[in-house]
Amino acid sequence: MTDSSPAETVTVVVNGSPRPAAAGSSLEHLVATLGFSGRPIAVELDGEVVPRPALATRRLAGGERIEIVTFVGGG
Amino acid sequence: MAATDALTTSPDAADAPLVVGGITLASRLVVGTGKYATSAEMARCLDVSGTDCVTVAVRRERLVNAAGENILDHLDATRYALLPNTAGCYSADDAVRVARLGRALLRDLGTATSEWVKLEVLGDTKTLLPDPVGTLEATERLVADGFTVLVYTSDDPVVAKRLKSLGAASVMPAGSPIGSGQGVLNPNNLRICLEYLKDGDPSYPVIVDAGVGTASDVALAMELGADGVLLNTAIAHAQDPIRMAAAMRDACRAGRLAHLAGRIPRRLYATASSPDDGRIVRHG
Repeated sequence: MTDSSPAETVTVVVNGSPRPAAAGSSLEHLVATLGFSGRPIAVELDGEVVPRPALATRRLAGGERIEIVTFVGGG
Repeated sequence: MAATDALTTSPDAADAPLVVGGITLASRLVVGTGKYATSAEMARCLDVSGTDCVTVAVRRERLVNAAGENILDHLDATRYALLPNTAGCYSADDAVRVARLGRALLRDLGTATSEWVKLEVLGDTKTLLPDPVGTLEATERLVADGFTVLVYTSDDPVVAKRLKSLGAASVMPAGSPIGSGQGVLNPNNLRICLEYLKDGDPSYPVIVDAGVGTASDVALAMELGADGVLLNTAIAHAQDPIRMAAAMRDACRAGRLAHLAGRIPRRLYATASSPDDGRIVRHG
């Protein structure tokens, strides 16, 4: 393996569905990949809310359970 | 003097506004944003209802078609205080988790009500009645975590008192089951809730949440002395939701004014409105 090798692909669970992610990639990258940059969302990582400014510093190792939520109509 | 003032100024001007958790609300109606046929209809109904506080739910983002519209595209968060609910939660743990996600969303939006939550901990899917034990536990935990808790509960006065003593910013007894349209089924329980919750604390906000079917239900709740009414389905699923939104707005105002005005006592027998003196005929 050299430094230029692509990162190992791991699996995370996003909103209940398994999804590939590059090991060591950030939650912010995942959010951007899913098209949610700039959208009103909140992110939970293994049961803990991750404030938006902290998304860039939280790295994925694989196996994490991630919830990405927004507001919908409700009473 | 107060009476003279009331005659010379708008009847509404004599009323103090509803304050919940330090935030002043111009309207006493809290309106839900669920179940409308279209987002445009929702926006119009909210506008017509006069509300300035609306509930929203917290749900998973769609991972496909993620670029689709968001409810916030149709809700001006500077006009409406957003009140996220924990609908669909059947345990204190789940409700606390959802409340924290709602708070994260509100904090990103920078809203004045970023610590607000409409707490629901439900008992079962058929009745959607609150689980009182889970509701008490979640209230305690959320208050400790800094939330302003507006809590959905039954019309049980003892539970209502316990929720207030745990620090709930507003206790919100149900008139009848959520979405049932049965109105206020037990006005006497609601009266006792109001008496207990406002004892020595008359401005403590009590909002009747759930069960409203039509305008008279709102008027009745307000006449009993509730500080506000929270409703959703009664507008969203009316045959003409926009017209019903107007009816709810007027019923809320009418009920409040009637409460402040003080109704006459009920009597079994009639009392004539026209004078006995000066009649040209005699009877009995």
